[in-house]
Amino acid sequence: MNIANSGLYNTLFRKNYTFLGLVFAGAFGFEMFYDTRMNKLWDSINRGRQWKDIRHKYAEEE
Amino acid sequence: MLARTCLRSTRAFASARNGAVHFSKRAASSSSSGAAADAAPVGLNVAAAAATAVAAGSIAWYYHLYGPTAHAMTPAEEGLHPAKYPWVHEQMFKTFDHQALRRGFQVYREVCASCHSLSRVPYRALVGTILTVDEAKALAEENEYDNEPNDEGIIEKRPGKLADYLPAPYPNDEAARFANNGALPPDLSLITKARHGGCNYIFSLLTGYPDEPPAGAQVGSGLNFNPYFPGTGIAMARVLYDGLVDYEDETPASTSQMAKDVVEFLNWAAEPEMDDRKRMGMKVLVCTTVLFALSVWVKRYKWANVKSRKIAYDPPKPAKTRE
Repeated sequence: MNIANSGLYNTLFRKNYTFLGLVFAGAFGFEMFYDTRMNKLWDSINRGRQWKDIRHKYAEEE
Repeated sequence: MLARTCLRSTRAFASARNGAVHFSKRAASSSSSGAAADAAPVGLNVAAAAATAVAAGSIAWYYHLYGPTAHAMTPAEEGLHPAKYPWVHEQMFKTFDHQALRRGFQVYREVCASCHSLSRVPYRALVGTILTVDEAKALAEENEYDNEPNDEGIIEKRPGKLADYLPAPYPNDEAARFANNGALPPDLSLITKARHGGCNYIFSLLTGYPDEPPAGAQVGSGLNFNPYFPGTGIAMARVLYDGLVDYEDETPASTSQMAKDVVEFLNWAAEPEMDDRKRMGMKVLVCTTVLFALSVWVKRYKWANVKSRKIAYDPPKPAKTRE
């Protein structure tokens, strides 16, 4: 299959503004994905040490 | 001294050196007859000894002048260097233990705060790290702060709020000195950054008071002996004793436990941004590691052609012209 005739090329890469939009949306999506995964990893490294792990002992129920 | 004796020794060997000079002249003038070589050994040995002495002497003189480090202070004035303790919160990817921070804040409030201020820490910084909002508000309201001037221009007092800073035990440094026999208790906001050794130093200082000063130690009046304090005479007496504080989480309040907790709390006071900083650092390291590996791969991919190319030299054919 020729890449110039594929749907991906025609819909996303051909026009500059769609390609730029793809880059921005990709950055946004990757940031969300990466941040959540890394924060989860961080919380598992520091399990029981952070304030959110001990807050329930001191916060009064509302 | 050594240098001078070495110089003198070379002067004593001056005649021998002259002999060596004569020898070299003779050696240069004479052809390889062998007679000069027989006469040589004494003068040659003396010359070698003199040259060695000069070399050794100049090395010794150079070391004497530039080698050893000059110490302006005696070891006692430097203070004993603290041992390195394996602080978990100083590891690369570890946060503060916030339960320990809470205990440390309790120790600060019940023990340290009677002399030491913590003037750069507001109550709002405690919220969400050490205290809940309600606890922090209740704590702030226990103290009075200056209000804005009222209609008559008089400044009245108001109960504290979250934006206020922790109150200092003394109104100013002079009052602090007056109350403490001339010694100024330092502000503890940045103390772990402000002392060599950081956490290790403060922990060693707090737990390092001997029962009585060692024999021969000079302790000034009103001072206490602590080997870790530069000069060994510290105005602060030992304050942490087993069971001094009742921890709300029922951790046994030994001296070292309290010292460890309060040191971690003081480290938090100096670096409240540490948790976020390390988390961001971890993200940056992971991301840049991947990007670096990618760039290495791209470089190798692009250079593969160049690296695997074989260059052969094809010599020009001999010309078929007539000579």
